[in-house]
Amino acid sequence: MQVSMTVNGEQVSREVEPRTLLVHFLRDELGLTGTHWGCDTSNCGVCVVLVDGLPVKSCTILAAMAGGHQVRTVEGLAANGRLDPVQEGFMAEHGLQCGFCTPGMMLTARALLDRNPDPTEQEIREAISGQICRCTGYATIVRSVRWAAEHPSTAEVTS
Amino acid sequence: MTATEERPIGFGRLGRKEDPRFVRGKGRYLDDITLPGMLHGAVLRSPVAHARIRSIDTSQALAHPRVRAVITGRDLEPLNLAWAPTLSADVQAVLATDKVRFQGQEVAFVIAEDRYAARDAVELIDVDYELLPPVVDAKRALDPDAPVIRDDLEGRTDNHIFDWEAGDKAATDAVFARADVVVSQDMVYPRSHPAPMETCGAIADYDGIHGKLTLYETTQAPHAHRTLYALVAGIPEHKIRVVSPDIGGGFGNKVGIYPGYVCAIVGSIVTGKPVKWVEDRSENLMSTSFARDYHMHGEIAATRDGRILAVRTTVLADHGAFNATAQPTKYPAGFFHIFTGSYDIEAAHCAVTGVYTNKAPGGVAYACSFRVTEAVYLIERMVDVLADELEMDPAELRLRNFIRPEQFPYPNKTGWEYDSGDYPTAMRKAMDMIGYEELRKEQAEKRARGELMGIGVAFFTETVGAGPRKHMDIVGLGMADSAELRVHPTGKAVVRISVQTQGQGHETTFAQIVAEEIGIPPEDIEVVHGDTDQTPFGLGTYGSRSTPVSGGAVAMVTRKVRDKAKLIAAAMLEVRPEDLEWEKGRWHVRGDPSQGKTIAEIALAAHGTMQLPEGVDGNLDAEVTYDPPNLTFPFGAYVCVVDVDPGTGVVKVRRFVAVDDCGTRINEMIIEGQVHGGLTDGVGMALMQIIDFDEEGNCLGGSFMDYLLPTALEVPDWETGHTVTPSPHHPIGAKGIGESATVGSPPTIVNAIVDALAPYGVRHVDMPCTPSRVWTAIQRGG
Repeated sequence: MQVSMTVNGEQVSREVEPRTLLVHFLRDELGLTGTHWGCDTSNCGVCVVLVDGLPVKSCTILAAMAGGHQVRTVEGLAANGRLDPVQEGFMAEHGLQCGFCTPGMMLTARALLDRNPDPTEQEIREAISGQICRCTGYATIVRSVRWAAEHPSTAEVTS
Repeated sequence: MTATEERPIGFGRLGRKEDPRFVRGKGRYLDDITLPGMLHGAVLRSPVAHARIRSIDTSQALAHPRVRAVITGRDLEPLNLAWAPTLSADVQAVLATDKVRFQGQEVAFVIAEDRYAARDAVELIDVDYELLPPVVDAKRALDPDAPVIRDDLEGRTDNHIFDWEAGDKAATDAVFARADVVVSQDMVYPRSHPAPMETCGAIADYDGIHGKLTLYETTQAPHAHRTLYALVAGIPEHKIRVVSPDIGGGFGNKVGIYPGYVCAIVGSIVTGKPVKWVEDRSENLMSTSFARDYHMHGEIAATRDGRILAVRTTVLADHGAFNATAQPTKYPAGFFHIFTGSYDIEAAHCAVTGVYTNKAPGGVAYACSFRVTEAVYLIERMVDVLADELEMDPAELRLRNFIRPEQFPYPNKTGWEYDSGDYPTAMRKAMDMIGYEELRKEQAEKRARGELMGIGVAFFTETVGAGPRKHMDIVGLGMADSAELRVHPTGKAVVRISVQTQGQGHETTFAQIVAEEIGIPPEDIEVVHGDTDQTPFGLGTYGSRSTPVSGGAVAMVTRKVRDKAKLIAAAMLEVRPEDLEWEKGRWHVRGDPSQGKTIAEIALAAHGTMQLPEGVDGNLDAEVTYDPPNLTFPFGAYVCVVDVDPGTGVVKVRRFVAVDDCGTRINEMIIEGQVHGGLTDGVGMALMQIIDFDEEGNCLGGSFMDYLLPTALEVPDWETGHTVTPSPHHPIGAKGIGESATVGSPPTIVNAIVDALAPYGVRHVDMPCTPSRVWTAIQRGG
């Protein structure tokens, strides 16, 4: 079937099997491999992308269900040559180690900051509680999101 | 450039070189790699724990229009690949031929044009199983009438794998016989799984023209894998290239060679195309290396006034259906014999028995430092049991029995020589940080009100950095690591290492070691790893060995280059080498610092046209293989506070203070991150995680719906501190930090829970301390 959506601001259209999951559509059809896959059961959240600005586990919806919607992946976080403050924050506060959960964590953080620019530690923990990180122990992720809240616009790409 | 706090030339807090690609989603993990014409493999697995295979019918799968091949064990037999050697001198079925021996065991491998079709076709294979009674309980495995799991092994009539002991039994028994106080406790360190967020996988790309296999793999040990494939598959070693790309977490899960890897290789040879195989989460949890599963009986002998005299333990080790633990060959129970802990005692003895059961193989994984996790749990629980018996404060009891700083290097009673330590300082620091005395007061007040608050104390000594080649090998390969450093003509450098990062930040820390030793800024040093065609030989990353072993190699190779630079600088300055003095990044004439040459100037001269001193060749390169003289012994003092809901048994970890001593600290930020991750593992193991089985051998932890991992809501904001006691034998004094917190945190939390339940007379609760287990302990009391 034909599936069309907007991914990172770009209109895309592909012929896929109806059962194709959004995560596989993004990775295999569009080559956007920054969105990862981790568990099959909607528990781990390494596949989180934003659909119309809300965090969604892309292993749990069909590509067809995202048809006509706005999808944003980690590849769409940086804009106009500038990293998103969330990306800067994760680097500044060591919010990542192996990097596998990082895209999903950053997108959830982006969605949180968009609706709550100054979240408390508890609000951040609740926001990412549907996602698992095996490396960081979460404290540095919380600090990373706080860093982003305190630096809402990054002046330039630092690295 | 001069060093600043933000950008140290050497050790210090430095942002990671890896991060810019990861935050952009530009990491390159195994499943991100697509090769032209690539096919996809999927594994058919056994639905039952123990059964004889009567027949396998693959005809319908082969008839699937998008299937290219189906491989069974029968197809592998002529290639001598139906069985493969394990890392523990056993064999493991690649694809089952005679029987299946655990639920999830590999039975057939389908190769199709896409991943969905491969999965579809797996469902079309028809296997006729004759069910056999399973052995699930390790204690029952040794019953005379227990079904024999490994009837493939000639002459095998039981499920016994090995008996192993350490220490002096007679001396230990003698101390126990005359001791004032003896306490004992049974405890289980339950089966757990490392569960990295990225599952295991491989892409095999066999080039039939040149006979060369390129194997992309999620492996922590690319060189060891290359050698083993050469030995097992018969492909010449120079025709095998193992590439380990970015790894999405390993924790020991990615040390072994799994049947899926071998199937991908065979699949690529058979089809002439690259074949990718990536396991799903249930396959990961049900079939790849689990951890722990140690059933322990501990005893401790002491004087009435709290002097620990001796420790002894017997252990039943459940190794699953194949003995496939990844550990130094001479140590079937790993380094468990460090169960004497951090205490100066008179005698110790342990006896470990390994058994087969109808469960997945493995045992050594999950940041355990080769069973140090189990050892530390045993001794730290036992010390608390003793404290309870003596009605003594557990911190005070530990302080009274620590090995004293002046006793190092300390030979323990099971054969280790602890390199260095200052245990009382670390313990007191942790107690100060958390406000120990105040917490005890708060606890007393809460107890008076019927509230359950617990304070847990634990102190661990690890033994990591395996290891000296005279003592340690894995299937005959000495546990050394190599490093190669090249300084280019313009003074920039590349260092090639044999270990493989899975998130630990090697690209940053190894550049910092080179920078510290030779003064080239870290950003001017490229760290190459994870490709056996590009890097020198070494055994890989596990057991916290990267910094102790490979880090030692990198320091030594850099010093070798620095020494060579000295000879060249002397020739450039027309002085004798012994007249030169080193300042970071530059050799200068002693007494006249203005007369000197920087490493960049020396590198250019080395590659240029000047007459070099005799015996010095025209480059600034070197290679070193580092054979560590001893292991390193990181240690730490952990204290935590838990609150227990008496109505539900729910445990909340309120605070956790970790004071670690890993010797010299290369990068504060990365060390803190390693500790945080391990502490979170500890919360998982202590409260949530278990791979359990029903009596039929069905795995009850086969998905993240059932195998519960901590989220941000289950863990507190970690409080970390440190002391620094460098290792005297390590080139830079570093000891390793990767697994310390995973080792030290579970007993801390369990000790806190038991402390909270003291009003009920509870002396022990087995992990995971789920609400139902804690609630039951409250109801039953001591």
